[in-house]
Amino acid sequence: MDHSDDILVTRRELLKRVGVAGAAAAVPIDAIAQATREPFETLTAAEGATLEAIVARLIPTDASGPGAAEAHAARYIDRALGGFLAPFLVAYRGGLSGIESYARTAKGAPFTQLPAQDQDAVLTDVESNKGFPAAGLFFNVVLSHTIQGTFCDPFYGGNANFVGWDLIGYPGIRLTATANDQRMDVSPAPTHMSAYDFSMFSRKKPDAR
Amino acid sequence: MPVNLKPTDVVIVGLGAAGGVAVLPLTQAGLDVIGLEAGTWLRPDDFAPDELRNNFRGWPQAVQKANREIPTHRTSSSAPTSPRLLIHPMMNAVGGTTLHYWAQSWRLNPWDFKVVSETTRRYGASRIPKGSTIEDWPFGLDELEPYYDKVEYEIGVSGQAGNIKGKIDPRGNTFEGARAREYPMPPLRGTGFTEMMGDAARKLGWRPFPGPAAITTRAYQGRTGCAYHGYCARGGCHINAKGSTAVTTIPKAQATKRLSIVSEAHVTTIEVGANGRVSGVNYIKGGTEYFQPARVVLVASYVYENARLLLLSKSKAFPNGLSNNHGQVGRHYFSHNQIGSVTALFPKRLNNWYGLPAQGVAVDEWADDNFDHSGLDFIGGGNLWVYSDRRPISAAGMSTYGKAPRWGAAWKAFIKQNADSWNVSYLQKTTLPYEANYLDLDPTVKDPLGFPVCRITADYQENERRVSTFIQDKMVEWYKAAGATATEKTGMGTMGPTTHAYGGTRMGDNPETNVVDKWGFSHEAPNLGILGASVMGTSGARNPTLTAQALAWRTADRLAKNWKNIAT
Repeated sequence: MDHSDDILVTRRELLKRVGVAGAAAAVPIDAIAQATREPFETLTAAEGATLEAIVARLIPTDASGPGAAEAHAARYIDRALGGFLAPFLVAYRGGLSGIESYARTAKGAPFTQLPAQDQDAVLTDVESNKGFPAAGLFFNVVLSHTIQGTFCDPFYGGNANFVGWDLIGYPGIRLTATANDQRMDVSPAPTHMSAYDFSMFSRKKPDAR
Repeated sequence: MPVNLKPTDVVIVGLGAAGGVAVLPLTQAGLDVIGLEAGTWLRPDDFAPDELRNNFRGWPQAVQKANREIPTHRTSSSAPTSPRLLIHPMMNAVGGTTLHYWAQSWRLNPWDFKVVSETTRRYGASRIPKGSTIEDWPFGLDELEPYYDKVEYEIGVSGQAGNIKGKIDPRGNTFEGARAREYPMPPLRGTGFTEMMGDAARKLGWRPFPGPAAITTRAYQGRTGCAYHGYCARGGCHINAKGSTAVTTIPKAQATKRLSIVSEAHVTTIEVGANGRVSGVNYIKGGTEYFQPARVVLVASYVYENARLLLLSKSKAFPNGLSNNHGQVGRHYFSHNQIGSVTALFPKRLNNWYGLPAQGVAVDEWADDNFDHSGLDFIGGGNLWVYSDRRPISAAGMSTYGKAPRWGAAWKAFIKQNADSWNVSYLQKTTLPYEANYLDLDPTVKDPLGFPVCRITADYQENERRVSTFIQDKMVEWYKAAGATATEKTGMGTMGPTTHAYGGTRMGDNPETNVVDKWGFSHEAPNLGILGASVMGTSGARNPTLTAQALAWRTADRLAKNWKNIAT
């Protein structure tokens, strides 16, 4: 399926929204491309951009390897907010806008445009329940969903290219593990398969949201 | 008016661990049995190795009857209602929670049947904790042994015997009561990690052994051996190696042509005739109400639902609920002291990614009365259990043991290094019933049909807290002996809804303090039997399922052999 039209619409939407904030010129075009890799299904483009920026700090891309951005953890959360995590949608809407408002108040710019260390400072405050009502609770929710989105079966949109499983050395799904696979001195080779890549399970897929 | 169905010999409410076992001796004895089950059939290809779905989204509980009637909880009659669980700990299906349980299949130890008399004999009556309503079981382990044996061989339990007819084998649990013969299959294999832990236990002078599991370790009765793939906990088995009643006793009962299964049947009440005997059950299926008449009714749902169904079934003969004229339904409830645990961090990778919670190593030195309590301020103890089981989301959700923050670059570097270097133990501990702990109907919360849900009023008492502290210290000692660089203790929680619930329809000789007699039949309504851990008055320090199944077989056997007396 070709999403290029959607991406254009989403990008225009993002520009419009960022423009409303009066900072369109400051947004590097690469950042927009990154933030709009795929259209969001549940969140608005602006909310999605904030969420992408948050997860990229919770599990950053650095010398130890790809992080939540490469895992597409935000895509996982966005999809799930239209499905199993729908009861959290209101909390996300409030929390994401709370983080943006707090970033402007505390650091003078939208969260998505702050340098990493300022983003971390904002998130540290939010974690300790500063910035908006129930901020700490929201932080915990986003953190646990970011971990889900980074380490879940790729079927759900996160853990793209198995970057999460590779990060922690999970050798992947095997329908049979041998005695040798359970020795302490071995590292079984990664299988890089989703549960639903196995023909046995591909016929009864759950709701991917 | 409900649709009146053709009468049958026996109707069983619930085809899980207990009901799913009872159908076999009944049908083999030639009785016609109708099994009413709230869930559906699930098949091996339903059980995908999907951690998010199975362990974080509660599939399949999230879509079931049980989830629409999750019990409420408060710690005491004056405490506020606790936050309600989002996912019921048990599931509805043909086979019930045996489809995705850990399948640890222990027999209770001899002491568990005689806690009052043995404690009194060894330490004096004053050592029975104040406020506890504990009684000795109406029989000892020797009475239940033949039924444990039958169930072990029918569902296929693997393990290492420690005591065959009094002959002690140090490869097994030397504290277990005498068994007639070996397990039908050898135990699940050891792993690098479990062998390391076993060595550490021996260094401490303890006698570690592999635990028993209703999981095949070789081809057994048409089923294949376990594949150790790592998604056993809250995941059904994709190769039927797990001895769920859905793949063992239920199909065997179906083969007799005397078992008829009605799935997606929501039982609402049990009917009572003018003579005070039960006459059948009412259920709803597909929006239609049915009445299924039966000569004998066996209630085999779950601890919460067993009590609730009796309390909801009011009649002229039983104005306060069926079999409740002595006010004992819901009493002597407790949930197993199994949450307080210890986790440990090791300085190396453990490679615990594959395996299953039943593939582990146990220490029983500190369970029950296996050690001298003279200088201690509690009775009972706990079984220590470590095992090979790890999945990626929960692995990454590990504690950082004060060595890293909860997120960011330093956290990421920490989990990259340590996600496969930590372990969590499973510590099941003695839990007693108390006067203050009970089940009743919630005065305000109802299910979608308008029936009140079960309300739990219960909390751990001083004895459970002391046992928990003592056992956690032993576990820390074990982990340190194995080279752990850090350990953490987890809180013990409270007695909310759990997979290890007991009581509510306790078994005993005295009708003033027990709902069912020593055979599992109501003291007040003689053609009503009750199956499951709701009849158990003590927990021991190990999983309840095999005991619930042995008791269910025994009750069914009693019914088959005394059919005329009980049914008429």
